[in-house]
Amino acid sequence: MTALGKDLVGLEHLAPEQIRLILDTAEPFKEVSERPIKKVPALRGKTIVNLFFEASTRTRISFEFAEKRLSADTVNVAATGSSVSKGETLVDTAKNLEAMRIDMVVIRHGASGAAQFLGSRIRSNVINAGDGKHEHPTQALLDLLTIRDKHGKIEGLKVCLVGDILHSRVARSNIWGLTKLGAQVGVCGPRTLLPRGIEELGVTVFRRIEDAIAWADVLNVLRLQLERMEKGFIPSLREYYRVFGVTVERLERAPRDITIMHPGPMNRGVEIDSRVADGSHSVILDQVTNGVAVRMAVLYLLAGGRPELADAAKRGGGAE
Amino acid sequence: MTRPAPERTTILDARALARALQRMAVEVLEQAQGTDALILIGIQRRGVELADRIAKLIEKEEGFVVPRGALDITLYRDDLETVGPKPVIGETRIPGDLTGKHVVIVDDVLYTGRTARAALDELADFGRPERISLCVLVDRGGRELPIQADIVGKQVKAGARDRVEVLVEELDGRDLVELVRRETS
Repeated sequence: MTALGKDLVGLEHLAPEQIRLILDTAEPFKEVSERPIKKVPALRGKTIVNLFFEASTRTRISFEFAEKRLSADTVNVAATGSSVSKGETLVDTAKNLEAMRIDMVVIRHGASGAAQFLGSRIRSNVINAGDGKHEHPTQALLDLLTIRDKHGKIEGLKVCLVGDILHSRVARSNIWGLTKLGAQVGVCGPRTLLPRGIEELGVTVFRRIEDAIAWADVLNVLRLQLERMEKGFIPSLREYYRVFGVTVERLERAPRDITIMHPGPMNRGVEIDSRVADGSHSVILDQVTNGVAVRMAVLYLLAGGRPELADAAKRGGGAE
Repeated sequence: MTRPAPERTTILDARALARALQRMAVEVLEQAQGTDALILIGIQRRGVELADRIAKLIEKEEGFVVPRGALDITLYRDDLETVGPKPVIGETRIPGDLTGKHVVIVDDVLYTGRTARAALDELADFGRPERISLCVLVDRGGRELPIQADIVGKQVKAGARDRVEVLVEELDGRDLVELVRRETS
């Protein structure tokens, strides 16, 4: 079994040393993308299926680049809409793909737990590219790598997630990853978009964005999904921006420079001011660059990396 | 039953290692016929330190700073599934385009030749050097591929169960090359 187990379903069941291993392995992969020939043969002959049941641009392209830069052969399956649902159909799809002798599946699915479900039923490695409201582990890993690049460490930093925490798999994976690596985590958003009992995960809750800004070293501003307004979680986008928007004026009052992150896609003028998104403390595009390196590291480690971390994998529980 | 402790023999002590490197530096210069297009590339890990030392010796002799690089060949190995990669892949740093250069690959031990094969593949992705040569501190025999070194610090005959251990001051606190023979039971 590899250092990470068979699958990467989420960060909840990874040990801190496994998370650090992924980040450390991502480091040399950054350089591969800077080469004149952006390709290494590590996964030559491996076949990877990107199975996206939900729309995605950034994550799918990022995975595809990562796969191609490791010389894997890739197939994209966009199983859009209602014809494919979870349960047996999902397994059938995967079993059919497996019958064509694939090695890995990268899955994005609207149902929480879909990746775990699939991983326990097929032999191929499964990587979760976002499942419902559950986890989006590679996004959190690239966030961690970006924070570590910018601040030189993660331990002891104060990182606040802003916005729709309730529906966000990015928030959940970030909370697991950050707390495991010793960061202090805060969340800030309208009461309707904070899950009840979130304090039990060891995070500090801020009701006002001003308080979060006064506290944090890093703000990770989450996308506000526009349909939240229709469903009555917030009164209006304009009001959301007025109360929770991350603006230059608010950041100017901060006691320190705050690193600004956003997993994308951004709603400029809703959760974040354009001048902040494009400002000098924004690392939003570094996140995108790091996304490819982190995904290369995950693919590489799952494909056969058997470093001396087998006991950490056992202790951490892992996916297998 | 206790297994007998492996028997260790010194191949090169610190002074012998220094002399070997000195001679290797001279041979690098001779073969390159000067320093114009020369680039030294060390293989991670200990090859990087050895390349550094040779470059410094050349610098002392010629007053010329030889460009240096580092190469980690983990991603070019042909045995990802059988051996598994090292826990963390080392840095790869190539000083500019290699096209037209004389690249000297520096490594600590030459054994099966698979590392050198991987290094050749990887270097080809960084340009088309005019010449690539291979410079190793210890050639222990046992090749599995048609590869040979151009410059060798020390030749030893080691069996398949033996290990050649190279220690360098920068990483291990001292310079020493040992042959570790495991008893055949």
